[in-house]
Formats: sequence, structure tokens, C-alpha cells
Amino acid sequence: MKYLNEFRNPHYAKALAALIAKEAHADQQYLFMEFCGGHTHAIHRYGIPSLLPANVELIHGPGCPVCILPLSRIDKALALSAKPNVILCSYGDMLRVPGSHRQTLLTAKAGGADIRMVYSVQDALAIAIAMPDKNIVFFAIGFETTTPATAHAILEAKKLQLSNFSVFCNHVLTPVALECLLQSQANDPCPTLQGFIGPAHVSIIIGSKAYEAVCQKYRKPMVIAGFEPIDVLHAILLLIRQINHGVCKVEIQYCRAVTETGNGLSQQLIREVFALRDTFEWRGLGFLANSALKIKENYREFDAERRYTLNDTFSKAYPGCQCGAILRGLKKPQQCALFAKVCTPDNALGSCMVSSEGACAAVYAYSRVKC
Amino acid sequence: MSSVIEMRHGSGTLAMQQLIEQIFLPAFDNPYLNQKNDQACFAMKAGRLAMSTDAYVIAPLFFPGGDIGSLAVHGTINDLAMAGATPLYLAASFILEEGFLITDLQRIVASMARAAKKSKVVIVTGDTKVVERGKGDGVFITTTGIGIVPDGISLSSDRAKVGDKIIVSGFVGDHGIAIMSLRHNLHFHTLIQSDSVALDDLVQAMIKAVPDIHCLRDPTRGGVATTLNELAQSSKIGMVIEEAKIPIKIAVASACELLGLDALYVANEGKLIAICAQQDAAYLLTIMQAHLLGRDAQIIGTVVSDQRCLVQLKTRFGGMRIIDSLAGELLPRIC
Ligand code: SF4
Repeated sequence: MKYLNEFRNPHYAKALAALIAKEAHADQQYLFMEFCGGHTHAIHRYGIPSLLPANVELIHGPGCPVCILPLSRIDKALALSAKPNVILCSYGDMLRVPGSHRQTLLTAKAGGADIRMVYSVQDALAIAIAMPDKNIVFFAIGFETTTPATAHAILEAKKLQLSNFSVFCNHVLTPVALECLLQSQANDPCPTLQGFIGPAHVSIIIGSKAYEAVCQKYRKPMVIAGFEPIDVLHAILLLIRQINHGVCKVEIQYCRAVTETGNGLSQQLIREVFALRDTFEWRGLGFLANSALKIKENYREFDAERRYTLNDTFSKAYPGCQCGAILRGLKKPQQCALFAKVCTPDNALGSCMVSSEGACAAVYAYSRVKC
Repeated sequence: MSSVIEMRHGSGTLAMQQLIEQIFLPAFDNPYLNQKNDQACFAMKAGRLAMSTDAYVIAPLFFPGGDIGSLAVHGTINDLAMAGATPLYLAASFILEEGFLITDLQRIVASMARAAKKSKVVIVTGDTKVVERGKGDGVFITTTGIGIVPDGISLSSDRAKVGDKIIVSGFVGDHGIAIMSLRHNLHFHTLIQSDSVALDDLVQAMIKAVPDIHCLRDPTRGGVATTLNELAQSSKIGMVIEEAKIPIKIAVASACELLGLDALYVANEGKLIAICAQQDAAYLLTIMQAHLLGRDAQIIGTVVSDQRCLVQLKTRFGGMRIIDSLAGELLPRIC
């Protein structure tokens, strides 16, 4: 098995689509949210909506780490990159996201800031070791998937007593976002969500148990699915079965990678280095209590927010941008008046158009004709 | 001579003379260059000429399957070949960074000479400049080429017509993945080599067999997806491409998965896309497959009528999706 084409096999897809059509009750509406941007991307790339019966609908969730970062944090990253002698290291897809004044890290780089694209935090660490005269700041973003790597780098920096390495920490927590989303849905008169396609890579780290409490509290089933189209279709089928049988549990479809308890070593790394933040702003969801991580006191010397003074700016989104509502699953990209007309990947006005995991970018790239 | 490039190598002094005489002249060895004039004069047969220029900047300078030198020769030859031209003469300019190893320069120049000789192209004139340390990336090379277009050939990106077939000459994405695997911050190893090669011989065989090929393009930066979009826009047509027909090596596909890239956007340096009338397609494909550089050629799609000039992909999975031009740089995904 090469894991390249097996989970994209059109024959399996047809068989699954037929089962979905057969088992979904014609008189019932099924609405599921794919939490992760990775799923959003796969769903549009493989044209999954076209394989589903009209009464089975998918809606995007807030699970794109690039999209949920609020403008204020991007503004802070821009401010960091402007500090003298600083090299800001960032993952690639963060570079194009516009801050308050439509400035991006790429434009800041063109303007002379030393900003480097890295593939992992290890690369940033390597730069810090190689360039002792420069201050290296790593722009850490991501859900639990990328957090252990950041923790590991901080531990390593401590061991090496690196004084020129710090982390601008923006790691956020999946289960909290899920809870907040369900809470806001509960007060909202709009479409009732019936279940979740659960995160793939995040779940490898935190395990399926991590969602148990939220799912039970709000009585929403979840099926944790891989990022391949067959995974997604299979998860939809399993969700329909749960609903039809009145069951509500956290199920693992992505069993080739996810366990109930997750990766213990990674969890330990996270616990060692990070503590809960009292509150953190999410684009679209606002300030959420205990929803993100900060660097623990023990490692304070590696915390860019303590090392540099960063003023809170007055951040403003592009007028008319609906990213907030889209991230809450209340709107679809096509319902934003700017979508594909003014806002395109070349001229992204909001974060959802930047990362290929973003709902606007995924819909634009793969299915805008049908909109 | 010193072992590294110094500022004096670009200042018109004796040192520069030595550099030219000891490195460039022996490697490129031909009567035009040996005259040491600031230009080359040559007679040309009557007919249409094609001319093209391209600047080459690449890191790393040496990569599996080639180096900046061979790339600079192949690239400009290919730009000429895409007009159906037989390339004849090249001019080459070098911007060298202070401190650059002379032995590396020699390797690059030797590789240019080999590449030119293989396509029977003569490097007739050139120039060198030196910039201070830190103001260049080792070496930048610009090459300009001239070639002759045979009578009766009119290849142009605006000639694709509804019903035409779209052919790609071989596996896509090799060059870009070979280069990316060497970038110091990407820790993956692959046996993939750059496909950098001169396509003039393949093109000559193609236009001899089917003189009325409508369009030829080499899908370099931005990859096959970007080239197809440019052709669609120039010709004001749409395209439907079949994913299952696009030749992609498993190693390239795997590397793309790993990096979150799409092979259709990855650069090629030795592939071409041909568009021809439907009735010519099967014959043209046979001719291409009979040539070493086109043996993996495939018909990958059809030109359709579409005012929006969209390039659509019929996926292996059975769906349809749009393939756009590359927006900005190729940026890997994080998740
Ligand atoms: S289309 Fe652009 S402006 Fe509209 S919601 Fe998406 S990112 Fe924001």
C-alpha cells in the first residue's frame, strides 16, 4: 500500500455514495460540519458534495489554523518582524495573510524585514544556532498538530542555552473551539448541525477521548476521519448511521492513525512547556476563555511576547469580509458579496481566502463555477 | 590565477582578460568568440528568425540532473524551439559574486559548453560583471538566443481551437521536486533528477511530421497548470484535462503529498505541451513517443469552447475541478 491512490479509489467512492444515498432517510435533512480545513480542502478538491444526495449537506468549521488567527496577532507578527536585528520565521501559508492595513509578511519582507519561510520549527532553531548575532523569532501557529514540535524546540533551546531564540506562541485548542461553536449554535436559530467530521491530524495527538465530553454535552456525534476523500465519505456514512440509530458517540474512522488516548509523548511535551491562556481571540469566534496556550513561566526567556514590547493595535477587518460567519459555519463563501469578484487568492481580503485549507480558497479553487 | 572571484575580475583589467582567456574562450571555443570583439557578426539564411532571452537564478547552483549552466542553455534553446525554430547562436552574460569559487565557475562553463554542443548551438558573445560579496547568489546567468523558423511553421499560443488535443511530452514536476529536495531546510531525500534538457531535436521531429501543430509551450515556472491557463487565455478557449492521463512519477507524487503541493504547479525544464488538431493527434503522439525525449508523452485533454477560459480537470476520483494559474509563490501547507 502506498497510501497515494487507495483512499482516492473512485470505485470505493461510488459504493460509499450508493450506501449513503440508500441509508439517508429521504424525509430527513442531514447537516454535518467538517471541523478541519484539511477536510474542507479534500471535500472541494474531490468534488464530494456532488456525490451526496441533496438532503446530506456539509458545512465548514473553524479548523484552519491560518484562518482563525485574528488580525491583531498578524499585526503583532508584523511588528515583531520590524524589530531591529530580528529574523521572523514562519510557516509558508501564514505569509500571505493580510493584517490590518492589508500588509502581509510577504509585503513586509519585500520592504526589507528579514522574514523566512520554514517548514518546521526545527529550521528556525537551526537558524538561531547558525546566526548567534541575530534574534530568531518563530511565529508558532496551529492546533495540537504543530504544538508538540514547538514544545520540543523550546526544550531544545533551553538545553542549548540559546539566548537568541524565542517563540511567538499562537497555539490553540480544538476541543474548546468545538464547545464554543456548539454553544453559539445553541443560541442561534439557524440550521441545526447534527454532527461533526472530526479532525484528522489533531486527533492523532490528543486522541478521540478528548472530544467525548463536548459531544455528549451537546448530544452531537462525531466521526474522526482521515484527509482522503474515501475517509470523508466513509465518515459521512458512519454519521448518518449514528443519527438514524439515535446514537451519539465519538467514533474513529481514521483508525490507521488515531487512537482513543492519542500520543502520550506529545501530550507530555505540551504539558511541560505550555499552560492555558486565560483568553485568546479567534477570528469569527471572538475571545474564548482557556482556548489557547502560552509558554510556561519556566521557559519565559523563550516567550517573544515577554521579550519584546508589543502594543495592542486597533485591528480592523476588510469591510464586508464574512470570514467570521464562515468560520462559525453560519455562511458559505458564496454568500460573501466580495467572493470571487473582489476577493481572489491573488488579492485575498480575508484569511479564509489565503490558506488552501480556508473555506473561501477551497471553494474558489475547485468549485466556483457551480456557485 | 586566484582561486575565487575578486572585484578586479570585473573591472576591465588584466585579471578580467585572464578570466576570459582561461575560462570562457577554451570552453566555448569558436571563431566568433575567439575574435574577442564586443559583438559577433554572422550571416543568416533568409527567413523568419526567432529570438529569446532569459535570466537564470537558481539555488542550489548544482542539482541532480544539471546545474545553472546547462539550465541557462537548455532554457533559452527551449524558448526558441517552442516557436519551431532551429537554435543557432547564443549570447551569455554572467553576474558573478565576489568570493565565488573559480572551480565552480569552470564546472558551470563546461556544462554550458556541453549543453550547447549537444544542440549544435554556438555561444558567440558574452559579458561578465562582478558584484560585491552578499549582493549576488554565487552566479546569475542571462542567455539570449537566435534561431531560424522553417517556412510554413506558425506556432503561437493563440491558435488552439475547439476540438484540438493537448499533449504533454512526459513526466511532470521532476525539476521542481529535485530542486526543492535540495533546499537546506527541507529534510527529505529523493532520487528524482531534474529533467533539464534541450527540446529542439524533439520539436524538429514533431514539426516535420505535423507542420500544422497549433501551439507549443514549455511548462517551466508555474508548471503545467499555469501554462495551460495561459494558452487558454491567449486562445480564448477552455480545456478539459484528464487527471488519470497526466504522467507523474510516484516519487514526485509522494513528495508533493508530503509538502502539500500539487505536481501540476511544479516547474519542469525538459517538457513541452503541444496542441494540435484532433486528426493529427494520434500521429503526433506516435512520433513523440518514438523520440527519447517524448517516450512518455500522453494526450491529456481536449480544447473546449468556454468564454471564461477555464481549465478544468476531470479527476481520477470522478469529479471536475478548476485548475487555476499559480497565485504567488508555491507555499506549502502547514497541516
Ligand atoms: S471571500 Fe474574501 S472577503 Fe469574503 S469572506 Fe472569504 S476571505 Fe473574506
